[in-house]
Amino acid sequence: MLFDPHIDGVRKLEELFDRARFQGKRVEIDAKDLKHKELNDLMRECILRGAREIVLKNVCGQRYIASRLFFNKPVKVNISIYGTPGNDLGAFLSGHRIVVYGNAQDGVGNTMDDGEIVVHGRAGDVVAMCMRGGRIFVRDYVGYRCAIHMKGYVNKIPILVIGQTSQDFLCEYMAGGKVIVLGIGVERHRCNYVGTGMHGGEIYIGGKIESHQFGREVGIVEIEEDDWKFLEGIVREYCFYFGMEGKEDDILGKNFVKLIPVTKRPYGKVYAY
Amino acid sequence: MREACGIFGVMDRGGRRFGCEMVVNALKNMYVRGNGLGAGYAVYGLYKDYREYYCLHVLMENSDVKSVVDDFVNRNFDVVHDEEIPVNDEVKVVNPPIFWRYFVSPRYDLKDDYVVEKVMEINTKIDGAYVISSGKNMGVFKGTGFPWDIAEYFMIDEYKGYIWLGHSRFPTNTPGWWGGAHPFCILDWSVVHNGEISSYGTNKRYLEMFGYHCTLMTDTEVMAYIFDLLMRRHGLPIETVAKILAPPMWDQIDRMDEKMKRFYTVLRMTYAPLLVNGPWTVIVAHHGEMFGLTDRIRLRPLTAGEKGDLLFLSSEESAIRSVCNPDRVWTPHGGEPVVGRLKGRALKRVVK
Repeated sequence: MLFDPHIDGVRKLEELFDRARFQGKRVEIDAKDLKHKELNDLMRECILRGAREIVLKNVCGQRYIASRLFFNKPVKVNISIYGTPGNDLGAFLSGHRIVVYGNAQDGVGNTMDDGEIVVHGRAGDVVAMCMRGGRIFVRDYVGYRCAIHMKGYVNKIPILVIGQTSQDFLCEYMAGGKVIVLGIGVERHRCNYVGTGMHGGEIYIGGKIESHQFGREVGIVEIEEDDWKFLEGIVREYCFYFGMEGKEDDILGKNFVKLIPVTKRPYGKVYAY
Repeated sequence: MREACGIFGVMDRGGRRFGCEMVVNALKNMYVRGNGLGAGYAVYGLYKDYREYYCLHVLMENSDVKSVVDDFVNRNFDVVHDEEIPVNDEVKVVNPPIFWRYFVSPRYDLKDDYVVEKVMEINTKIDGAYVISSGKNMGVFKGTGFPWDIAEYFMIDEYKGYIWLGHSRFPTNTPGWWGGAHPFCILDWSVVHNGEISSYGTNKRYLEMFGYHCTLMTDTEVMAYIFDLLMRRHGLPIETVAKILAPPMWDQIDRMDEKMKRFYTVLRMTYAPLLVNGPWTVIVAHHGEMFGLTDRIRLRPLTAGEKGDLLFLSSEESAIRSVCNPDRVWTPHGGEPVVGRLKGRALKRVVK
């Protein structure tokens, strides 16, 4: 009796296949009015048929794009998205590369494992939530709770780069990885509660920000030689992706702060056992 | 953070009236945000011929209650015109009640307060009858179903308005029934909401002191009454009301200069029971104004967009882009309203 909009009315692959136009290993898919399951089914099938470059046109709100592209034999697919992808873009992403020509919504790179996501615009809330590997570059700004509970382990270090600024609760409960906020064109960051509950990882913020905007679990440390080298590499990459070559020195010229957790178990005394 | 109901609002700040296509298509775009247990629309500027009369849209659960409501309305108002709200019986909806609209004029001064009082009387004293909208030159059409079904059922493509609010419901902890669908409305204030109001009990008891009674079994109802109380009766602008419903944290207030600290402290002390807790985003309209507001830590999404005179408020950016190519889109900080107001003399054209 109840209609499930996720599943009901989803068309079979055979009905959708005329939307995929192959040219060798490149395939272009017209996503107009496709449901998110239909689009993801189609992308998966295209890769199984040999596609290594996927171009999605007319995307408008389809969720979970590229979240079901795990294969036993590892492949790396380049995915270009034109339009506005829906929530949880690249969730669980397993090593592919996604470039969005436009804005992205909430949950970009949710629990992403490996690969790259480059957004030529802004992204919404909870970008890089629980991310455990790979890199995300957002040209403009991001919303609330980005990099919440981002993790890292030995050589698997996820990286989130934000060109302008973020809204509140950036890096809440962060457990690992690196988040870089470049502060391009931003007079003063407005985000509050940065790094609340942080117990791992590193945050770099360029531009004006006051210490009361940080959570209690955050310590501010000097930027050292190795940090600058790392930042230089990140900024070079950022400028390359977004056609801003030559602006590297401007971006690095402002004041940067580095935040690290003051303890690995901030709530150890609260939840004693 | 990202799930639950889909909400959408569009306003022409020049006062031009337009059809339902944008709001219906935007909700279609966000189809995963609803599960068919509620949808509805509020339209502003649709009853031009009766624009100086209050229009009561009344939901009646059975035909017996109709005569009771007729009798009540006739005793308390001058009824200029009344009719059944036209519906398309061929649309499959479950257990539709009867919807009747009365264009009325109150017999006493303080007309707005009088109408509120009588609406509350119908809601609380006439079993099975609920007033779902009661403003001038506006109306709410809502029920159990998907947004496209409810749009077809009420044939809303016949109406034109300069503000449209739409809602696609995903009820989580209150029943999905015809009266519980959004928008919620009192006078010309209507609210669509995504989230849940955990301070409902406190808010509700406070509102009862001012004569508002919640009968629709859904938390959002308090929002409509809060806006009527604070903005119409207490005369506060939305910029101030936002600071009451979604105040900054005390540690932020502590860092303000003395004047602002006093202002925020006074607001929080005066209106403590109207702090609205929990995750919520609302889009609210009344004649001349539409605004969107989230809780102070934005636990539910809101995206704004504009193109020329059109202002859009939506749960998702894609919904805006599915109906229009906006000049710009942005996301406000938690607790900061995005406001659209009618320009210049357009307001007079609409209501006076």
